[in-house]
Amino acid sequence: MSEIKTIGIAGAGTMGAGIAIVCARAGFRTRVFDVSQQSIDRARGQTEGFLRKSVERGKLAAEKLPEIMGAWSGTTDLADFADCDLVIEAVYESLPVKHDLFGKLNAICPETTIFASNTSTISITEIAGGCGRPDRFVGMHFCLPAQLMKLVEMSPGLSTSDDTFQRAWAVCEALGQKPVRTQDTPGFVLNYFLIPFNNDAIRLVEQGVAEAADIDLAIKAGMGYAMGPLELLDLVGMDTQKLLCEAMHGVTNEPRAACPPLVKKMIAAGWLGKKTGRGFHRYQDSKMFGA
Amino acid sequence: MTTYRITASGDSRSFPAAHPFVEQATTDGVGHVFTGDGAGAAFTAAGDLASSAFVAIELGQECLGVHTGESRGEEGSNVVGFARFRLGRADPSLLVELVRQPATSEAAIAAARAAFEAAGLKVAVCGDFPGRIIDRLIRPYLNAALRRLDEKLASAEDLDKTLCLGLGYPEGPISLLERTGLAEHHDVTLALYGALGQEPYAPARRAQVAKARQAKGI
Repeated sequence: MSEIKTIGIAGAGTMGAGIAIVCARAGFRTRVFDVSQQSIDRARGQTEGFLRKSVERGKLAAEKLPEIMGAWSGTTDLADFADCDLVIEAVYESLPVKHDLFGKLNAICPETTIFASNTSTISITEIAGGCGRPDRFVGMHFCLPAQLMKLVEMSPGLSTSDDTFQRAWAVCEALGQKPVRTQDTPGFVLNYFLIPFNNDAIRLVEQGVAEAADIDLAIKAGMGYAMGPLELLDLVGMDTQKLLCEAMHGVTNEPRAACPPLVKKMIAAGWLGKKTGRGFHRYQDSKMFGA
Repeated sequence: MTTYRITASGDSRSFPAAHPFVEQATTDGVGHVFTGDGAGAAFTAAGDLASSAFVAIELGQECLGVHTGESRGEEGSNVVGFARFRLGRADPSLLVELVRQPATSEAAIAAARAAFEAAGLKVAVCGDFPGRIIDRLIRPYLNAALRRLDEKLASAEDLDKTLCLGLGYPEGPISLLERTGLAEHHDVTLALYGALGQEPYAPARRAQVAKARQAKGI
C-alpha cells in the first residue's frame, strides 16, 4: 500500500472546508472538489481567513500560511482526484447523491485509494455498497467546526478491511485529530446521543416545563456543560436540526429522534437560530457558526 | 435581600452540610423555608403562611402540588418548591431548581430567587413536573448510554471520550454513573418512568443489576 500524501475532499461546504483546513494544516496535499466554483472560492477564502486569525493569535507561524495555502487547491473537475490516496466525502446527506459520487470516483481513482465518508447519519455499509470498493471504504465523521474540534468518529462498514481501517485511523492521527472507534449505526455515537437530547430539551419548552434560558442555565450549573442544549441548537440551526432528525428518525424510528413540531414552527417563522438573529434566544451578532 | 427563616425537618439533600444559605437564615425572616425529607409535613403543620414574602418547600422526587394541592390548573400562591440538584452520591451542585405552579405569584418567585442567589446559588425556574429540568433531560441520555454500551456501539472509554471531545461535556456518561452511583440512577429513573410512563426513563439493564446488587448488600 502506498503512503497517503494527497487527500481529496469532496464537497466545499462548511464541513468540507473545515476538513480541508485540517488536512492542509497537517501537511497533506489537499484537493477540494465542488460542483460550484463559487463554493470553492468561498472555502478558500474561509481557509485563508481562518489561518490568518491563527497567525494573529500565535497559534500558527506566519511562514506556514503560504505553505499551507500552497498545498490547498480547488477543482470543479472530479477527474483531478485521480492522484488522491484518500478521498473524504462531505456532501449532502443523501444516499443516492453519495452513491453517484463514489461511483464516479471509483472509475477515476487508483485501486489503492481509500474512500471515506463524513456522513453523520447514513450507514457506512450502505454507502460502501454502492462504491465498487466496499473493502476500502470507511466512516470518518468529523465534528463541526472541523478545524477546531479534534474528535473523529471512525466506523468500519461490514466489508471494510482491517488494513483500510488501520490506515484511515493512522491518517486521522497524522492530522492531529483524536479518533474513536464506533459501530456503523445511525448517528454513530455523537449524533445518536445529541439529536434526541436536543429534542428532549425542545419538548421541555413545548410542554411548558421551563423557559429556554432556565433549561440552559440548569444544564450548565447542574451538569457543568459549557453550553446549554438550546444555545447549542441556536448555533446548529433549526433547519439543520430538522434535517438531522429526519435522517436519523427515518432509519431508526426512535421516537426521541423525531423532529418536534416546535422546530418546524420556528423554521416557518424564520427563527433558525444565531444565523438569523433569533432562535430560542435573541442575538445581535448573527455571524454564521464556524465562519 | 429578602430575609428568611428555616425550619429543618430530617435530612436535607440540598443542604447536607454547612452552607451560606443556611447560615444566612434569621429567626425573624419574612420568608419561610422548609428543608429536609420532612419539609412537606412541616409546611402542612405550620398553618397559615399567606403573609410570608415567600414559602419554599424542599422537594424530593414529588411534585409541589402534593403539598399545596391542585385545582383546575389555576393553583399557585406564595409557595414554591425547590431542590438543589445533585446526581446520586455526588455533592450538591450550585443549581437550585425552583418549582412554581401556574398561578404562583411573581413576587414570591423573585423573593425566593433572591434568597438563594444571595447565597451564591444559581436558580432555574421550572413548572411543577416530575423530574423538573435536569432529571427530565439527562435520565434518558444516561439510560441510552448504558443500553448502547450493552449493544457495543463503542467501548465505555470511547463513549465517554466521544461525548467529552465532541460536546465538551466535563465527564462522559459511563464514568459519571460509576462515580455517582448506578443504583441511585436506577431509583430516580424508575420514579420518572412510573410518573411519565415513557420508555426512555425505564431503568437500563445495568442500572437494574446495580440496584439488585445494592439490595443484596454486595
